[in-house]
Order: sequence, then structure tokens, then C-alpha cells
Amino acid sequence: MAINKHTELRYKIWHYAYLTICGLVFFFLIAPLFVIVPLSFNAEQYIHFSDDMLALKPEAFSLRWYEDMVYGTKNPWGLAFKNSLVIGIFATIGATTLGTLAALGLSSKYMPYKALIMSILISPMVVPLIISGSALFFFLAKIGLSSSMLGIIISHIILGTPFVVITVTATLSSFDHSLTRAASSLGSSPMYTFFKVILPLITPGVISGALFAFVTSFDEVVVVLFLAGPDQTTVPIQMWTGLREQLSPTILSVATCLIAGSIIILVLMEILRRRSERLRGIQPR
Amino acid sequence: MSIILTTEGLPLEKSLKKVEQKNKFRAFLLVLPLLLFLIVAYVWPILNLLTRSVDNRLISDLLPQTAIALSNWEGNEMPSEDIYKTFYLDLNEAHKQKLSGKVSTRLNYAKNGFKSLINKTRRKLKNFEDENYKDQFIDLNKKWGDIEYWQAMKVAMPKYTIDKYLGSVDLEKNYSGEIIQKPEKRRIHRTLWYRTFYVALGVTICCLLLAYPIAHLLSTLPLRYSNLLLICVLLPFWTSLLVRTSSWMILLQQQGVLNDILVYFKIVGDKSRLELMYNMTGTFVAMTQILLPFMVLPLYSVMKTIPPSLMRAGSSLGGTPFHSFRKIYFPLTYPGIGAGSLLVFILAIGYYITPALVGGASGTLISNRIAYHMKETLDWSMASAMGTMLLVSVLVLYWLYNKILGIDNIKLG
Repeated sequence: MAINKHTELRYKIWHYAYLTICGLVFFFLIAPLFVIVPLSFNAEQYIHFSDDMLALKPEAFSLRWYEDMVYGTKNPWGLAFKNSLVIGIFATIGATTLGTLAALGLSSKYMPYKALIMSILISPMVVPLIISGSALFFFLAKIGLSSSMLGIIISHIILGTPFVVITVTATLSSFDHSLTRAASSLGSSPMYTFFKVILPLITPGVISGALFAFVTSFDEVVVVLFLAGPDQTTVPIQMWTGLREQLSPTILSVATCLIAGSIIILVLMEILRRRSERLRGIQPR
Repeated sequence: MSIILTTEGLPLEKSLKKVEQKNKFRAFLLVLPLLLFLIVAYVWPILNLLTRSVDNRLISDLLPQTAIALSNWEGNEMPSEDIYKTFYLDLNEAHKQKLSGKVSTRLNYAKNGFKSLINKTRRKLKNFEDENYKDQFIDLNKKWGDIEYWQAMKVAMPKYTIDKYLGSVDLEKNYSGEIIQKPEKRRIHRTLWYRTFYVALGVTICCLLLAYPIAHLLSTLPLRYSNLLLICVLLPFWTSLLVRTSSWMILLQQQGVLNDILVYFKIVGDKSRLELMYNMTGTFVAMTQILLPFMVLPLYSVMKTIPPSLMRAGSSLGGTPFHSFRKIYFPLTYPGIGAGSLLVFILAIGYYITPALVGGASGTLISNRIAYHMKETLDWSMASAMGTMLLVSVLVLYWLYNKILGIDNIKLG
């Protein structure tokens, strides 16, 4: 609703009240994240703001918790980051491959039992993680994969596929199928058509699905809590243990790194979205 | 009427059907790898978890003869010498196979005190003489003369049971098979179910109230500004759950930022800092903030499609802004409200991490109880029964979501 000089006073008041409320909600959404950042540069071993920090004295800030994260004695974060990356990468590859294939099948108009199959494929996203975790715990123990990287990777493939299926189907829904027919009429084989026509056009969707799968895996803690042995510790597991025992500033420096990571992912997603819109010929409004 | 033929000489209709079959098969083949993988590695394990909740074969396998003997026993008077004898033989056999620990753990679920009773008894088993088992048992420990222990054992024996389901809503079966309330001080689960439900509902309502204005603002602003503001929604969405929970721990703890601010403005004294964490308040506030993006995004995607001319048309026909909002705009956002609310409710009802970290004892939810049974008490059938009930409620909501909005309409990011 536009405000101009003819607007009645009470609606003006309403309008400004509405803007204030919106501002507060945005603040509520974003501010908690940025409390972490300054505290991770704390020179002391507390996780609240000291008077010196509030006075912005330079000696109250330091990088010691980042040093502790990287070089600290008996430091678990190196192994955790390595494990998280390995699990994340393999889970992403698995989930993206399986999910993209399935999405291609699902968006064909000939697909039988579409609704039923779709709801099975999406279910890992909907079922509470605690239930998935318990079920996978028993299953992987039975086939001898408890406390193994492979077991965790399998579970993360399961948890990641719904996101890939959703994003790729969404991209395919705006895909112009006459392009495939045009390719075949020009004598291209289905395989060739897929790699030369379909894949380049749906790549943004596939990559954003892959990013979703990677973030899901990298952030996942409930299922890993059930499956991981001491050698399979991941970043979320380390954070979980740390938060349960004692909130140390080292955790905050890890958290700051993760926030930086999510900013990078956000930027990547925005680039992908623009590219996808351009490929589909949608002009920005 | 002549039949149209293709170049190969087949009737066109048949040929088309054949191609369609082939296409169907091809589409299905693409879905097949993922479908098979999920059925083997996900759906089947979950079904397996469900059967675990009614499967009670462990105890009757350990004490097979006693199970039969007890099922023939009425349960209103003391068991006969024969039952004592079969029990002795079974327990001795289990003890020899080093399984008496399992017996004691399992029976302790049925009645507290069984664990120590069996553990004390099994050490003396080798001294038993061949006659008068009943007297020897009672001499060993007078609890063996207490009919309540035998009744509990009888109740625990059937191969398949719904006891765990009863247990997860604080009911139990007595020896004659009637379903009764558990003693008052052992009723813990029902409170948790209610609490989980109320928290999920409350968080959903709060999220809706907070998300509606900002989704509206985002959808009416010019794209340049709204994209910028959308980052405020998307950044938390992409940030690790644990990072966001730890930020709430920093804010809410007693020496935390919120309390500091309140003390600074002299709203509370330094001595009487508020307890905002390790209770319901912590769980509720943190969950609302963490789930808010899941409400904003569906609302925003619906509101974006509502043309602003509708509201102008409303005003030009003499409606006050409030009237046109209530009659025109609000009904058009129902799909977004439905999608967002169901999504947030489904996520909230199974929430585990945040309540476990900021909830303390009074702010934990049903998921935390399931984890407790999985990891601490190792009462896996109980965990499975509670998990099944949670799963069923989520699946009902999922079905509703599907029915009302269609699964194809789930949007991300």
C-alpha cells in the first residue's frame, strides 16, 4: 500500500507500525547469527562480552581461538572437518546422481504411479530425523556397517536425495520438451540429446540440488549421532559435544567459519538462480 | 471404417500403444535405481523399526517353559510349585548360557526391582535342591513370595504385545489383561506428548504471525530491495542448525547478551537475572527463530503471485484498506498459510537438537525421550513404539499436505 500526502493519519500510523514490526522481525531473524562473530575474537576465555570488548579496546580482541581451532593440542576439529568433507562429497555425488535420474523419469508424462512414487522419494525429508536415525542404526548394524564411513555416507545419500529430486523436477517443469524432439528429428541419439541438450539446460537446477544435498550432509547431526564411532566424528558432532559440555570460544570460531561458508553458498545459489532464469529466457522484472 | 496403418504395416493404434509402453518403461527405469535404493535402505528399515515395537519374543525365548506355564496361570492366587520349578529350570538354563543378565534387564522393564532380584537369585541357583522350589525361592528372597512380581512376569510374557504403545501414553495392563492408568508418579509420557503438540502448535502460530508481515513486505517491495531483504531470510536458512542454536545459547544464558541488556537498562537487577535457557522459554524462542524461514518462503512465493491491482480495485470500490485486506488479500494467501504452517508443524513436532541443547529438563520434547530410550535405557521397543506414534502423526500431516497442496508444490530456496 503506497503512502502519499492524502493518506489519512491513522493509516499512516498503521503503515509505520507495520514497517517497524517488519524491521523487528528481520532483526530477530538475522541478529542472533552475528552475535557469534565478535565473540569468536574474544581474547578471554568467556563467551560473553567483556567491558573491554564493549569499549572496543584492541587488546580485548585476538585470534587465539582460531589458532586453537587449527593448531590446538589434541584438537578434534581437523579430523572432524576432513570427515565432514569426505562424507559430504560422496553423499552429494550419490544423491545427485540418483536424484537427477529419478527426476528425469518423474517429469516424463508417461511415468506411471507418479504421485505415489514421488511421496516415497520425498519421505526422508519429512520423517523426523530421530526416526530415520533409529531405523538406519538397526539396519546398518545388521549389515555390518555400524560405525563406518560407508554407513554414514549411505544415510546421507538417503537424506539428500529429496532435495535433489525437488529442485531438478522444478527445473525440468519449465523445460521445453520440443527441444528434445527437435534434437531427435535432427538425428541425435537419446544419450547424445541428454548430454548436449538437456543437461546443459538443467545444470543450474542440478547444481543447486547438489548444494542442498551437501549442506544437508554437512549440517546433519541427529543420524550421525546414532551411527558414528569415535573415528567418524564430524563437525556437527564436535559442536554438539562441545555445546553439551561447555560453550568454549573455539566453538564460536568454528561457527564463524560455518557462517562464512553459508554466505558463500548463498551467493552461489543466487548466481545459479539468475543463470537458470536467463537460460529459461525469463527476464528480470 | 478402414484401419490406419503405419509404414511397417501395423495398425497405428497398436503401434502408438507400443511406443507409449516403451516410454513408460523408460521413465520407470530412470526412477528405479533411487526407488530400489530407498526401499531397501530406508523404507524397509523403518518398517522393521515398527515391528520391533510389538515384538516381545526375547523374554519368552529366554524363559520358554515359564511363558507357557504362566499363560495357564490365572494370576489371582500364588503360583503353584510347578511354576516355580519350571521357572527355576528356565532361569538355570539361561544362566548357564550367560543370558540371565538379559532376563533381569527385560523383566525390570515390567517391574522395577526385578533386576536386583534376579541378580541376587542367579548366584544362588547352583545351591538349589531338587524339591520344594517354592520355599527355596521365598527363603532366598521374600519378594519371590510377592504375587505382584509373578503378575508382572505374566504380563511381560506374550510374544507380541501392545504394551509399549500403552506405556508410551502412560497406560499399562494388569495381570488380568485390563488396561489401567499407570501410578501417578510414573506418568511422564503423556505430559511430553501434550507438550510436544502445544510447542509445535505455538511455534507454528508465532511463526505465522511473524512471517506474514515480512512476507507481505518482501512481495510488495521493488525487486532490488526485496532481494536484499530476502538475504536476511535465506542466510539463517542456509546456516547450520547448531550454529544457530549456539547463538541462542549465547543470547539466553544467565551471563548472556539479553540479560546484560536487561541489567544495563535496569529492567532487572544484577542479582535477579532471568533464567531464559534450560527451560520452555529457551526451546520456544529458539525454535521459532530457527523455523521462521520455512514459514516465510512459502508465504512469499504465494504472495508474489497476487497482483497488487486487486487491492486497488477493492479501494476504488469503496472498501477501507482493512476491509479489502480481509476480504481479498487474506483469502488469496490461504495456500501459503497452509503450506507454511504444515511444514513448520511437521518440522517442529520431530525437533530434537534445539530442545536437547537449550531445553533443560522442562523444555524437552518427545524426540528427546525417544533418543533417551535409544541411547540410555536401551529399551529399544519403547523407543520404536514412541517413534511409530510420532511417525504416524507426521505421515497423517504429510498426507494432508499432499492432499491440500500437492507434493509437487514443495518449493525450496
